[in-house]
Amino acid sequence: MTTVTSEETMRTDYTSRLKDHGGLIALAIILVFNILVTPNFLHTQTLAVNISQVATIAIVAMGMTLVIATGGIDLSVGAVMALSGALAPLIFLSDFGQAYPVLGLIAALLFPLLAALVCGMFNGIIVSVLKVQPIIATLILFISGRGIAQVLTNGNLQTFSNPEFSYLGTGKILGFPFQGWLALAIACLLFWVVNRTIFGRYLLAIGGNERAARLAGGPVRGVKIGAYVICSVLSGLAGLIVVAINSASDAARNGNLMELDAIAAAVVGGALLQGGKAPIFGAILGAVIIQLVKYTLLANGVEDEVALIAKAAIILAAVYIQQARKE
Amino acid sequence: MLDQNAFDMRKYISRNPQSVAVWIALFVLIVFGLLRYDNFGSAYNITSFLNYNAMFIAISVGMCFVILTGGIDLSVGSVAAFTSVVAAYLSPYGIEVAMPLAILSGVGFGLFNAVCIVFGRIPPFIATLATMLGAKGGSLVISGAQTIAVDWGSNFTHLGMEKAMGIVPWTIVLVGILIIGLWIVLEMTSLGRTILAVGGGEDASVMMGLKVNRAKIFAYALSGGCAGLAGVFLASGFGAGQPLEGVGWELSAIASVVVGGTLLTGGLGSIPATVAGALLLGLVFNILNFENGKGWISFSAYWQMVIRGAFLFAVILFQTRVMYRRPNVEFAK
Repeated sequence: MTTVTSEETMRTDYTSRLKDHGGLIALAIILVFNILVTPNFLHTQTLAVNISQVATIAIVAMGMTLVIATGGIDLSVGAVMALSGALAPLIFLSDFGQAYPVLGLIAALLFPLLAALVCGMFNGIIVSVLKVQPIIATLILFISGRGIAQVLTNGNLQTFSNPEFSYLGTGKILGFPFQGWLALAIACLLFWVVNRTIFGRYLLAIGGNERAARLAGGPVRGVKIGAYVICSVLSGLAGLIVVAINSASDAARNGNLMELDAIAAAVVGGALLQGGKAPIFGAILGAVIIQLVKYTLLANGVEDEVALIAKAAIILAAVYIQQARKE
Repeated sequence: MLDQNAFDMRKYISRNPQSVAVWIALFVLIVFGLLRYDNFGSAYNITSFLNYNAMFIAISVGMCFVILTGGIDLSVGSVAAFTSVVAAYLSPYGIEVAMPLAILSGVGFGLFNAVCIVFGRIPPFIATLATMLGAKGGSLVISGAQTIAVDWGSNFTHLGMEKAMGIVPWTIVLVGILIIGLWIVLEMTSLGRTILAVGGGEDASVMMGLKVNRAKIFAYALSGGCAGLAGVFLASGFGAGQPLEGVGWELSAIASVVVGGTLLTGGLGSIPATVAGALLLGLVFNILNFENGKGWISFSAYWQMVIRGAFLFAVILFQTRVMYRRPNVEFAK
């Protein structure tokens, strides 16, 4: 009897561990595949390119992870990226920004993030005060956020040359892209927030059981609004980085389909769509996997369109495995 | 029994006040347009307006069924783009071949959604998001990312460009049949009642022994089929299969359904009110175009998205604050 039981527990332990670490295993498979197949994969330049591209996905995905932890979803991240990315060049290219370059640069960094914060407040208040489903609540900004960005820029591509601002996307520390370090710093900060602060505890409690959290006297509204605000501000930051990388701002394309990448990264990283879990480093792992799949397909000559289908398959597989784990 | 089936206006208004509001808003906008603009009531404006909005009405009524079950279908825009390419490729064989096969390909995507949701237990929002990506990738692959011209020699373009008996465009005839058919299905068949019951309370419906899975599969397959029909309209009306179209259509459709007073949590809503919602959203832009023509104000195309979002926001505020204050109808899940 005892041997059977222990064997069974060992087996379930093994399978559950496989499911828990599915992301790492997937990452290992992709890495081995690339090392064997993709030319020049083990090259510092490849690493730098991938880090500079994965950073924006990771930053948004971490914010998305917090929102998903409350049992919500934020579809407006791409639109917020477009909005903040459109605002920054408008500010430092304005007369004020040209006359006072330093003040203009500071304003160009702060004001877009402030606009993103307002977007997050808007989402959070609709979700937590008006009690509208998150999908629909964030749909409003998903539609009109990009529209506002395009109205502001009249749909024009804004190009600029501003080395100080571009440092955000092209700077390097110790040979690695600045935004990679930034993403890492944000991850450490958020990890601390989730695991070591009251805000983090309530965040997970709300996702676990919102009613119970409210009855226990938790500040449910405030924490939910906080999650949406953090997600939006991080999206705003990602929008600035994309603009800095390109030295150009295109409101129609900045952050396009980012909500899908971010949700996929969060889910692949282990966030439960029902809420109650906020694996911050999981989101980075998810973002790395998404980026590497994209890179692998691209580097091996597979068309972009097929990469879309691959991404769809990854999302479905990740959620399916997650559902199986829950039951 | 007969009394219960008879249409009771007062009961209808009290049960679904917003669908009455949307008809009133539609009426007011039409009167406003007729009084303010010279050509608003012209046959040309009316037919081109309806012809263009037929696509959106089709996907909106399909979306309505999905939302009534408590789900959502984000894939309709990409599926419509995919089927427009399929229809364009099949156009040499004529409309009687191209249309059914294109619609069937849309139903295929809908069935895939249904399988993921019903049997894979994947949340509707994620499953249809993946299908959205997949269908978009698929349409780009089969078209080589090019618009595919339809065969002008066959009768395919007659659907989108000619009129039945010289008066009513064929698209409008088809959409009219679709609306009436689905209205009957929802209000008068056990399948329709089951769909409403599923949205009202899925667990309770299962315990009642209702065929919940069948109802959900029907709803998603229908939504895919309606998107397929919209794709046929697109290819036929614009003379080409367009793999890059359909972006944001799911939002228009969801907005139409919501404006029509259907509860997003499912269980309450109506087909005619959804059609009215779609017409109302379309009319706002029609009137904006006329207003631009008058020269008093000038809205760039980019304002459309802002206004669409603001409109959705206004309706949501209206729904949550004014209409559904009864404690037993929680707007959120």
